[in-house]
Amino acid sequence: MEHYLSLFVRSIFIENMALSFFLGMCTFLAVSKKIQTAIGLGVAVVVVLTITVPVNNLIYNYLLADGALAWAGLPDMDLSFLGLLSYIGVIAALVQILEMFLDKFVPALYNTLGVFLPLITVNCAIMGASLFMVERDYNFAESAVYGAGAGIGWALAIAALAGIREKLKYSDIPAGLQGLGITFIIVGLMSLGFMSFGGIDL
Amino acid sequence: MGLRKFLDNIERHFQEGGRFQNFYVLYELFDTFLYAPDSVTRSTAHVRDGVDLKRIMITVWLAAFPAMFYGMYNLGYQANLVLETGIGSITDWHAPIISLLAGNDPGNLWDCFWFGAVYFIPIYAVTFLVGLIWEILFAIKRGHEVNEGFFVTSILFALTCPPDIPLWQVALGISFGVVIGKEVFGGTGKNFLNPALTGRAFLFFAYPAQMSGDAVWTAVDGYSGATALSIMSSQGMEVLRQGMQWGEAFLGSIQGSIGETSTAAIFAGGLLLLYTRIASWRIIAGVMLGMVALAGLFNNIGSDNPMFAVPWYWHMVVGGYAFGMIFMATDPVSAAMTNAGKWWFGALIGVMVVLIRVVNPAFPEGMMLAILFANLFAPLIDHFVVQANIKRRLARG
Repeated sequence: MEHYLSLFVRSIFIENMALSFFLGMCTFLAVSKKIQTAIGLGVAVVVVLTITVPVNNLIYNYLLADGALAWAGLPDMDLSFLGLLSYIGVIAALVQILEMFLDKFVPALYNTLGVFLPLITVNCAIMGASLFMVERDYNFAESAVYGAGAGIGWALAIAALAGIREKLKYSDIPAGLQGLGITFIIVGLMSLGFMSFGGIDL
Repeated sequence: MGLRKFLDNIERHFQEGGRFQNFYVLYELFDTFLYAPDSVTRSTAHVRDGVDLKRIMITVWLAAFPAMFYGMYNLGYQANLVLETGIGSITDWHAPIISLLAGNDPGNLWDCFWFGAVYFIPIYAVTFLVGLIWEILFAIKRGHEVNEGFFVTSILFALTCPPDIPLWQVALGISFGVVIGKEVFGGTGKNFLNPALTGRAFLFFAYPAQMSGDAVWTAVDGYSGATALSIMSSQGMEVLRQGMQWGEAFLGSIQGSIGETSTAAIFAGGLLLLYTRIASWRIIAGVMLGMVALAGLFNNIGSDNPMFAVPWYWHMVVGGYAFGMIFMATDPVSAAMTNAGKWWFGALIGVMVVLIRVVNPAFPEGMMLAILFANLFAPLIDHFVVQANIKRRLARG
């Protein structure tokens, strides 16, 4: 239990997807103008990550890894080169389902997320979590915890960024820096704040 | 009133169309530094208070003075104590200036004070000048006025520097703090991180050898003495208690950054800030509660990590806790704005500082990072407080 708890905390704070690996930057920067939207997207990312990482874990362990097909009588088969393709396929399928779900039940959020909802498919944070899962040899339970933690960490970061950007509506930013320029600086300063977790070894 | 007359006489040169109109900010800076501005509100009802931004900032500046003067004395006292034992020496340009006016007797108040002044005043002067140049540059270019907020930023930044810091790093740090931490967002009141802490954090990660470790806290070359926090984390409370009494740490005759050592002097300044209501008591109470609660929890859990056993009253007097709580956390710009939000914001700092000190082996000290971390979440906390309020009032009908 303690092991899972520390993995969870680590994936939220210490290895924060957005602020220590800088993954998922495109959506992170683009959909962080309003807190409500940012939280909505954050929840979507949490859902997608919590499902895709364990599913990809199953696919990897029972189909793709070296010798994973032993149950089908093919112990020498190594299909791990199909990894990227399969993970992206799972993610894309799941995002499609999520999109239909939101369109039907939460149309307000569906409309505000707009094009960024399908873009979750190519959100590097989501792909990154699956690849980290493979690289670190997580088992099924670990990958479920890791997926949820990574998603929550990313959601927390984008919500904080949206809060800061809403506050900075009243600021007087030099013309050349307005928009994305200042956002890059904000994200840099935020990750300075998140350095407080750097070095914690759980 | 000769000076007032002189200023009035030359004012036309600085106004639009005058010869020096580009330098109006300099005129304005000098004028309002000495005299209250004579602008009055002429439109309809408008609440005005004698306490304007300028007076607030000057009060904070003055409130930092006890910590500054004690810090200067203590810097000299610590160094003279070491010099007396014969370990290490001072080899750079400080030595001749010190021997010009004072000796090296740790028991002598003047000796210690002069020693500290020779170290602190250059640091503060560099901070002030470099920061002011950036401020004026931005003010001229962007057409706003140089704000007294810089007085606060400069003294807080200088007081958080270790005594041994090279002056070029001071210049670099304050430049980062003022430009990236504040001016790119449009100046005082528009930033989201505390500029003094931003500059310090930048130095902390860029030059760890000069900003942390055991060698930088006493202004003597060739001597390294661990701070209370690093003794706690490496050897535990028992060892610390043998060498240091709680009263010593509270009064401040310990090593550390220049202004952070004396909890008593900091609290004296803090009383002024609380009395004038410039520092929010909610934030201070929140920082205190969060720290006491988590430190108590860790005491009860216990572990082979010696930091788990550190009681809250020790957390309060060592490291930058008191300085950060009184002067940094209460920065009205980067803290939460709503009353309920201030409690949460403060508690987040209190919890984070204990968490970093106890759980994170990479950093013995956590106050700076805890405050920066809480600054990031202050707008979000405010958002939720406001939303909760809206919901409650809607439900009331």
